[in-house]
Amino acid sequence: MAYDYAKYLRPGKLPHIWCAGCTYGIVLKSMIRAIDSLNYDKNDVVVTSGIGCCSRLPGYVDFNTLHTTHGRSIAFATGVKVANPKLKVIALGGDGDMTAIGGNHFIHACRRNIDITVFVFNNNIYGMTGAQYSPTTPKGAWATTAPYGMTENNFDITSLAIGAGASFVARTTAYHATHCEKMIKEALEHKGLSVVEIINACPTGFGRKNKFKTPTSMLLWMKDSAVNVEKAKNMSPEELAGKFTIGVLHKEEKPEYLETYDATVGLKK
Amino acid sequence: MAKAERIEINKKWCKGCEICVELCPTNALEMVDFKVAVKDLEKCIACMQCELRCPDFAIVVYKKEKE
Ligand SMILES: Cc1ncc(C[n+]2csc(CCOP(=O)(O)OP(=O)(O)O)c2C)c(N)n1
Ligand code: SF4
Ligand code: SF4
Ligand code: SF4
Repeated sequence: MAYDYAKYLRPGKLPHIWCAGCTYGIVLKSMIRAIDSLNYDKNDVVVTSGIGCCSRLPGYVDFNTLHTTHGRSIAFATGVKVANPKLKVIALGGDGDMTAIGGNHFIHACRRNIDITVFVFNNNIYGMTGAQYSPTTPKGAWATTAPYGMTENNFDITSLAIGAGASFVARTTAYHATHCEKMIKEALEHKGLSVVEIINACPTGFGRKNKFKTPTSMLLWMKDSAVNVEKAKNMSPEELAGKFTIGVLHKEEKPEYLETYDATVGLKK
Repeated sequence: MAKAERIEINKKWCKGCEICVELCPTNALEMVDFKVAVKDLEKCIACMQCELRCPDFAIVVYKKEKE
């Protein structure tokens, strides 16, 4: 039976603004299926975003949503969570939003281990503003601000999150839409700061100028490059060259920020 | 092999990205005037690849119930 997304979409908002072949729509669908499978009350779900193409996502979904300022998705999400810890708070944003201008909010939320679920839509570029390079643009790749190729080293978002103290960290891709749904679900179920890096394709800004002729070729690149983290354990560095891992990369139980806070200031016995 | 009873396409939402056409394992879909169209419903094996990966909510496959 075909899945009915209508229950979670705001009427009259589609078609969305994303370009033909932008993979954000695939992830939006995975996200809806994941939330649906958890049977949350729609009124208990909050989705915040910053600025950028992917940050337009909250406008399409029928939850409590906040489209904020560039890089501040997590800052607003933190405020919401502190004010009402019963809410399920999702903070999303692009690679630029979360690791450039919002990089400090990102690492400090990880450090605090506050119970927020963070989705980083990594398309390796600033899509909205015209393909300027971001902290995740691969070395050598073309961007409007790197016309000879990117000269800087790039962030690995998941390593950054683990290093900063996030208690759940996973990676998935838009191509692996069902796996993406599963990672989103597990992240939402985890208590503490969870990060899911979702590899996405921006055919308009990144693809065209980086030798991807079609949106499908970018999806097939994800299919060919992603290796399940369990399988990767038995692979040599040579076999893993040019590949990236997907799956749950890190999971630990540790005190959540608000619980520690309440206990420390005597709000909870 | 599973079969599809029908494939619904929302031409207003389809942006013609061709993802569904190119990922279809049986070549059941085609592009007509920059929008997707069903080329041959008989070929469809109801694998749902097109529906799963359409970014625009524009293609829905209805599986045939088992006879
Ligand atoms: C304070 C501030 N600085 C710069 C901008 C311009 N700006 C808008 S979106 C964006 C980057 C978007 O890239 P990313 O976060 O990766 O999201 P994408 O568009 O790729 O989804 C920038 C620099 C802004 N809106 N506000
Ligand atoms: S510019 Fe890129 S990220 Fe933005 S909607 Fe278009 S394809 Fe998607
Ligand atoms: S994947 Fe969706 S938007 Fe793209 S051509 Fe097919 S139906 Fe149209
Ligand atoms: S369900 Fe599978 S076989 Fe049928 S049209 Fe879609 S991709 Fe092709």
